[in-house]
Amino acid sequence: MKSAFSETATVQTKTQDEKRHVLPVSKATVGLALRTLFLSPAAFIMLSFFFVPLLIVFAYSLLSRGPYGGVMLPWTVESYVRIFDPLYLVILWRSVWIAAVSTAFCLILAFPLALYIARAGSRKTLMLNLVMLPFWTSFLIRTYAWMFLLRDTGLINTVLEALHVIHDPLPLLFNTGAVILGLIYGYLPFMVLPLYATLEKLDPALLDAAADLGASPAVAIWRVVVPISRPGMIAGCLLVFIPCLGAYLTPDLMGGGKTVMIGNLVQNQFTTARDWPFGAAISLLLMAMVLLVMRALGDRGEELL
Amino acid sequence: MQTVLELKALSKHFPTHKAVDGVSFSVARGEFFSLVGPSGCGKTTTLRLIAGFEEPSSGQLLLDGHSVEGLPAYRRDVSTVFQNYALFPHLTVAQNVAFGLERRGQISNSLIADKVAQALALVHLSGKEARLPNQISGGERQRVALARSLVLEPKILLLDEPLSALDAKLRKEMRLELKNLQRRIGIAFLFVTHDQEEALSLSDRVAIMHRGLLEQVGTPQEVYRSPKTRFVAEFLGDVNWLGAAGVRPEAVRVSRTAPHDSRSTAAVVESQTFLGNCIHLNAKLENGSPCVAEMPQHQCDFSAGERIFLWWHAADEFRVAGEAAA
Repeated sequence: MKSAFSETATVQTKTQDEKRHVLPVSKATVGLALRTLFLSPAAFIMLSFFFVPLLIVFAYSLLSRGPYGGVMLPWTVESYVRIFDPLYLVILWRSVWIAAVSTAFCLILAFPLALYIARAGSRKTLMLNLVMLPFWTSFLIRTYAWMFLLRDTGLINTVLEALHVIHDPLPLLFNTGAVILGLIYGYLPFMVLPLYATLEKLDPALLDAAADLGASPAVAIWRVVVPISRPGMIAGCLLVFIPCLGAYLTPDLMGGGKTVMIGNLVQNQFTTARDWPFGAAISLLLMAMVLLVMRALGDRGEELL
Repeated sequence: MQTVLELKALSKHFPTHKAVDGVSFSVARGEFFSLVGPSGCGKTTTLRLIAGFEEPSSGQLLLDGHSVEGLPAYRRDVSTVFQNYALFPHLTVAQNVAFGLERRGQISNSLIADKVAQALALVHLSGKEARLPNQISGGERQRVALARSLVLEPKILLLDEPLSALDAKLRKEMRLELKNLQRRIGIAFLFVTHDQEEALSLSDRVAIMHRGLLEQVGTPQEVYRSPKTRFVAEFLGDVNWLGAAGVRPEAVRVSRTAPHDSRSTAAVVESQTFLGNCIHLNAKLENGSPCVAEMPQHQCDFSAGERIFLWWHAADEFRVAGEAAA
């Protein structure tokens, strides 16, 4: 009786042990297989359509220019040296400040709007939809619409002339101001949405508390709302500054080719200038600049989060 | 006693209901005054009207004898401790406490630092100056909120259910501490709560609100022992309604023989409820209405179905408005 009991016990222990050892291994194997199955398409796409092309661009940037476009040997760093030509440094600098000014304007315009929407109660959804409404039409069409408004024979100049406010059309289009206007218009929603996301979470009692402690509404916003919504501001600034820095369409159309930014320079090198190595070098420089900005802002953002 | 805060027929009407309806009371300097009532009775709205977060529909609000009409919250010499403390999450404990002082201007940084240190010492938070609100416990957050308001030496401190976010044990500790603190600093407290025990145990005077109306104001003893309305009587504790009179369970005595020279009624024992520190004897009167007697455990040797007499002193019964005499 006693021995039979102990035998059963041993058997049970064995089965348990088997389960403990065998099952997790097979589970892990299945898990690995599934993970591989689901991750490989994305990994394949990233590898073949992002990483490999990037390597090609890098290789091109170190080669010499072909006579009719394309690249040829020998290897050289000449393209990178050329970036420091004042001619191109001006374009780089212009891109940075246009993107910075556009981002700053977006922040100033978006903050009150986002705050208002966040405190709008039941009308929040409607207002958010209105912010996103422009995305329903193509950016190209909207840019052309701006051109129809701003050009010499456009709506604004025509009306002002008809009202005899002006005699000659105002130079509203084909200048840096028009480019900045176009960028602000295009990227404002990208500032509003992350700002809204942080402001929406802000406890309204904090504003009561600030007022209670003697802070006027302006001081309460500056000392309480602004610092707390900093993560949203940083996210918004990244989302606006990065595409503005590499903007191509807006400076091309609204700048009329006069306000050249990095994006236009890259495009130009691969088409009319037929200097692929230089175009590749500038592309990589643009990427490096974006990474730098992300590091600088991103780190500070995490600190505060 | 000098009045620090006075409400004269103060009302706040929202489109759907009257949140506060003609409320009048005054708070004396150094007084611990509680505003108590069930949720939705208008007590928090009253507090917000005093703080200046809401504009009254009608009535007057006097602070130190002067009307505060049209004065925005940030110019009123009152301070609020919020239900969830509303500490600024991006500022340290010390910066939170300094926030109000910095808004005043004309105070040197060293004086601000001194006052902040004093205020934090007062609430036993010295050493936690550099912590952020999410790095301290709920009880400590509560103390920061207190220090942040007290450092401004307001004419009156408004407390909106300040203990409700704490767990039961901590709540009792903080209750005692709050009372001691108030005694020590001598600032008038207007304490809003839905917890009648909190209100009765802490206050010099209690005001009971119900559906926007002020039902009764008085010392804890007055409102508990002589409630003027049925609502007040039942909100503050258990009541046996014996004809037109109300008697608290702890005032009801039980005997086997008919007592002389006191109010009494015959009854039958129904059941007993053990409550730890005492026993509730549930009895039924001859007219069928129930009556509860609270008694010490060792005195309770009655069994279900037994015929008994319930009696009480005339001084322990109260009559409320609207109850017809039987």
